[in-house]
Amino acid sequence: MIKCKGLKKIYVNGDVETAALKGVSFDIEKGEFVAIIGPSGSGKSTLMHILGALDTPSEGEYFLDGQEVSKLKDDELSELRKNKIGFVFQAFNLLPRTTVLRNVMLPLLYTETTVKEREERAKECLRYAGMEESKFYNLSNQLSGGQMQRVAIARSLINNPAIILADEPTGNLDTKTSHIVMEAFLELNKKGHTIVLITHEPEIAQFANRIITIRDGVLESDIKK
Amino acid sequence: MIADILKETFWSLSANKVRSGLTILGIVIGIASVITMVSIGQGAQASIASSIESIGSNLIIVRPGAQRTGGVSSGAGSNTTLTMDDSNAIKAEIQNVQAIAPEDSRRAQVTAKGTNTNTQIVGTVPDYATVRSIAMDSGTFITDQAVKSSAKVAVLGATARDDLFGASSNPIGQIIRIRNVDFDVIGVTVAKGGSGFTNPDDSIYVPITSAQHFITGDTFVSTISVAAVDQASMVAVQNQISDLLLKRHGISDPLQADFSLVNQADIIATASSITGTFTILLSSIAGISLLVGGIGIMNMMLTTVTERTREIGLRKAVGIKKIYINMQFLAEAVALTFLGGAAGVALGWGASILVTKFVSSLTTQVSMSSVLLAFGVSAGVGIVFGFYPARRAANLSPMEALRYE
Repeated sequence: MIKCKGLKKIYVNGDVETAALKGVSFDIEKGEFVAIIGPSGSGKSTLMHILGALDTPSEGEYFLDGQEVSKLKDDELSELRKNKIGFVFQAFNLLPRTTVLRNVMLPLLYTETTVKEREERAKECLRYAGMEESKFYNLSNQLSGGQMQRVAIARSLINNPAIILADEPTGNLDTKTSHIVMEAFLELNKKGHTIVLITHEPEIAQFANRIITIRDGVLESDIKK
Repeated sequence: MIADILKETFWSLSANKVRSGLTILGIVIGIASVITMVSIGQGAQASIASSIESIGSNLIIVRPGAQRTGGVSSGAGSNTTLTMDDSNAIKAEIQNVQAIAPEDSRRAQVTAKGTNTNTQIVGTVPDYATVRSIAMDSGTFITDQAVKSSAKVAVLGATARDDLFGASSNPIGQIIRIRNVDFDVIGVTVAKGGSGFTNPDDSIYVPITSAQHFITGDTFVSTISVAAVDQASMVAVQNQISDLLLKRHGISDPLQADFSLVNQADIIATASSITGTFTILLSSIAGISLLVGGIGIMNMMLTTVTERTREIGLRKAVGIKKIYINMQFLAEAVALTFLGGAAGVALGWGASILVTKFVSSLTTQVSMSSVLLAFGVSAGVGIVFGFYPARRAANLSPMEALRYE
């Protein structure tokens, strides 16, 4: 499913070169629930951007679903994100003053689907993510944090992606809501979705069945339960 | 695809009504102020030009007394150097004169049944109507017969009629009293609007002979108005009049002339230099409004689009291609500038109509070029500054755009 070989990322700022990733290799199989954990500055966010095709590595190879990602151009990366990857962000990143339904349908814009199909799929994904039917036409900024993250999860599912990438999805939530959101991810994983979770909280990482620890740009440990 | 872009544009603009409203307002005010300003300017120019034309066309005015040119200018402004004979001589000897009207004018108190006014009494001849483009509202102008017989008849200017008999009344057949002499009212002129120098509406016209006998008591004339047959012959006619009058008055040096000649072209030249300055003034005001309006639109567009960098990042992150993001923001900028532009044109047009309605002396003219210029500049600025930051944001990597503060 995911194959990383010697991933390196070097940021150049003037004359200063900073290596965020210094050669990371691992594989992730279909149906796994992987937590990538590490302190801030460890390179885990950089890794997540590369895995999510939001950025390309400076060196190394990254195969997603058999496709080499590291050499793709901007629009090809967009296409890949649309078809293969679902994102859940720490800050939810919903369109403000826009209905829940329209937020979930966002990735389907400019695709060959009718409005009716889009709405049906969006509703299906919202139900799947455990969103109450009565809230489908609420504006996104009228929701609680937990509800917003459910909407974001539903949005990540709409293109039926190969993997779901969750970047600190519980970072803006209280403990109770965090657990509810994590239960939702567990549920998705049981239904066969591949989930990669980035977090710095060991407690949250415990929900996953494999924990990869990153420190100073290198892989420190890879523990399967 | 296009349906999606249009829908996104509509939703995006309607989801942020305050933001869209303010942006449109900026555009509306920018455009409306330019259109109104230019329409007032052009209206003012047109009204100045038409006032000058209302004096009469191809007109040369002979006045007594030399303009002071230094040295001793005997008889300057003494008002007694031109006579009826001078006028008759011009009429008899000079070619290309279409009409000539000597005039003996004096201000006097005029009374009619219980009302009175102080106005200009113009003693003149029938040709005065031709020379000064006077049209009759009712009755007749002074006739040759009346001039020959020193008839005690009077033609009222529109304002004089209003003052003496009330607005829109018909005073024909009534009697007015000028310097204790009764005159029959035989006509009323059509209002011409103030011409600046003397107001032809606030005048009473009587035969020149009657004016000399009963009102001024002298045989001099205060001006001679000469209409040349056409514009081209004006200079020749003016020179011939000058030569003739110098000869008749026995003056050899033209600098010592005891009369002066003013032609309408001089007045128009002066006026057009005034209106030229006026045009520069108004164009600079319009230009500054356009600049200020443009900067306002630019600020509005830059801030709203920059504010939405995160939204653009999100759109990219979920896999929407750059071109669609660019197209959506372009469509939004076009929609805003065109909505604002249309409203601005309507508002500016409305405002200039209101100005015409409430400022009676000014008829504003909305010019197509000002509409196009204002619309073009605002639309250009709006679209460039709505599209450019969006394009820049769409070129960022999605993560950078999402993190944008």
